[in-house]
Amino acid sequence: MENQVPEIFNVIPHTHYVLLSTILFVIGIIGVIVRKNVIIMFMCIEIMLNAVNLMLTSTSAYYSHSGGQIMVFFTMAVAAAEVSVGLAIIVMIYKNLKTINIDAFQKLKG
Amino acid sequence: MNPELLIHLILWSPLLGFVLNGVFGSRYNSSIAGTIACLGPLVGFIATVLLYFSFQQPIQFSYYKWFGSEDQFSVDFSVMVDQLTLLMLFVVTGVGTLIHVYSLGYMGHDKGFVRFMAYLNLFIFSMLLLIMGSNLVMLFAGWEGVGLCSFLLIGFWFKNADYNKAARKAFVMNRVGDLGFILGIFLTGFYFKSLDIPTILSGLQDIQPNDPQIVLITILLFIGVCGKSAQIPLFTWLPDAMAGPTPVSALIHAATMVTAGIYLVARMSGLYNLAPFTLDIVLWVGLATAFISASIALKQNDIKKVLAYSTVSQLGYMAVALGCAAYSTAIFHVMTHAFFKALLFLGAGSVIHGLHGEQDISKMGGLHHKMKSTHLVFLVATLAIIGCPPLAGFFSKDEILAAAYNHGKINFIILAVCSVFTAWYMLRLYFGTFHGTFRGTDEVKNKIHESPMIMLAPLFVLAILSAVGGFAGMPDIISEQHYVSQFLKPAVSDQPHHVSHFFEYVLWAVTVLALVSIAWFTNRRYSTSDPSVFDKSEGFPASLLKNKYYLDEIYDTLFANPLKALGTWSKNVLDPAIIDRVVKWPGNLVTEAGQGLKPLQSGMIGWYVMSLTIGLLTIIYLFLF
Repeated sequence: MENQVPEIFNVIPHTHYVLLSTILFVIGIIGVIVRKNVIIMFMCIEIMLNAVNLMLTSTSAYYSHSGGQIMVFFTMAVAAAEVSVGLAIIVMIYKNLKTINIDAFQKLKG
Repeated sequence: MNPELLIHLILWSPLLGFVLNGVFGSRYNSSIAGTIACLGPLVGFIATVLLYFSFQQPIQFSYYKWFGSEDQFSVDFSVMVDQLTLLMLFVVTGVGTLIHVYSLGYMGHDKGFVRFMAYLNLFIFSMLLLIMGSNLVMLFAGWEGVGLCSFLLIGFWFKNADYNKAARKAFVMNRVGDLGFILGIFLTGFYFKSLDIPTILSGLQDIQPNDPQIVLITILLFIGVCGKSAQIPLFTWLPDAMAGPTPVSALIHAATMVTAGIYLVARMSGLYNLAPFTLDIVLWVGLATAFISASIALKQNDIKKVLAYSTVSQLGYMAVALGCAAYSTAIFHVMTHAFFKALLFLGAGSVIHGLHGEQDISKMGGLHHKMKSTHLVFLVATLAIIGCPPLAGFFSKDEILAAAYNHGKINFIILAVCSVFTAWYMLRLYFGTFHGTFRGTDEVKNKIHESPMIMLAPLFVLAILSAVGGFAGMPDIISEQHYVSQFLKPAVSDQPHHVSHFFEYVLWAVTVLALVSIAWFTNRRYSTSDPSVFDKSEGFPASLLKNKYYLDEIYDTLFANPLKALGTWSKNVLDPAIIDRVVKWPGNLVTEAGQGLKPLQSGMIGWYVMSLTIGLLTIIYLFLF
């Protein structure tokens, strides 16, 4: 009963979920590192978040344990808040620098 | 009334005055502040009078245990009133009250009036703590308290850098003495296992005279006395202390604080009797002090400086009396000296007030027309200090001379010369100030005025005391009743003296003759219109005296300048070479580390994310493999 894997994992193995979320996460990281456009970087961050969400949901389903899925709800709520703040920051960057190229924003240099 | 209640009143009312004026003084107007300040010592004086009439035996009680352990060594916050304390209480609260009242007039227009009165109250409180403290620690607390007030009041006009220097000098020289005092206290506690004065004095029966430890203790205590009571070699602060307002000079640097040392020796008289060696030192220090300062006073032109050196000289007399083991005589002179020296200072203050700040006697003269009352009281005080019979100074000085004679002819001769000096410089001051013709500018001359009644009233009271105060201790050829020494008998242990009646009569006759002839000479010389007679200082002794034996310069060369050089050397060499290096290297390390790591903060987000990723991967790698 306890380790009863749901039917769906017979069609699509759990490994695929793991691989997919890993690939998404790496795409997100590389995007943040290499891209200069702030909005693109922001989207990459969202990709990373959702990669993690996918990982949590699939794993939680695989183990028939609701903890991971509950966590995803929290993550989504926080992500929504983070998006609003992040976009506001991007708007302010644009207003101040007249560009959204991240290389122009280096005031935190030591 | 209950004696303990009276003691509470005496001790705490000046402190209350200080707290009220010190905290709230700026809120109400200065006349209320003045009234509160005067009430402090006045209540104390009234309570002292009441205490005197109800006095039967010494009272000692403890407020609380200050520190120490239950069964071994402990020190209480305790007070004691015996005959010696009572007499000093009369002097401190009585003269103190009069000087407070005088200050109302003298300092009334000063901006710092409330602060001044608060300091005076604090001084009275500290002085009371000093004379009422029943153990050496209490006494020391008061001793330091009066030192603090002296410092604050000498530098009262703190915008003048010279006055601040004088205040600092007084403070530092007192510290030198206090070091001796405090070592003496430690040694006393170590030797007697108690610091309670009655306990110490009652445990002396088994000790041999000139026991080395007793001698050491008494010498150390006497070093403290040298500082506070301005004895050689620590006396040079007192003349400089005249930078303070004149009531301060009268109260602190003439009548009360400087006699604290004399009081201390009298208080510990039982101990000093066991150390004849120390008594000899006291005697010779007193003689040297009396002689040197009296001779310096001969050539000073500043009215307050003359009186300051005169005070040092009189303190030397008191030390001579102590050295002869005639403690009650010393205390008697403390009392009469408080009367006439306070009067002299206050009279000088009245003159300075009337001349709008002029202190140089070569620019005075002929004031007896314009300031009749001041002239009268100043004359009384002058006659009292030079020992003219039957004023106060005559009896006390006569006693000291007799005691000195009893102890050795040479002491007597030195003291007699000092007395001649005293008469000379005081009469020079008196004739120079009040007789002859005015030698200052016309501008000042037209503005000379007599002081207001509030300043004159205390002068009259002090003049009466200076005139009759001596009758409290008449020599045995006049009266069997030497009131002071009989009163003090239970509290201080005098060694008996006896002087032949013939000697007394000769002494009196010589005194009178000498005084009359000195008066004649000084009158002829200094009742003049020529200011230059005050400035004659060519030739060997005169220039030496004018420059105070170059003592300040000698002290500068011997002590101050080497210390300054040490300080400069330390600042320029020691500090940069050693201290700075040790202290600075951790700071430099952090600074340089920061400089080195600064490039990491490139400001490029991609770079940060990359480092983050690499860091995370490293951590994961470390955890997993």
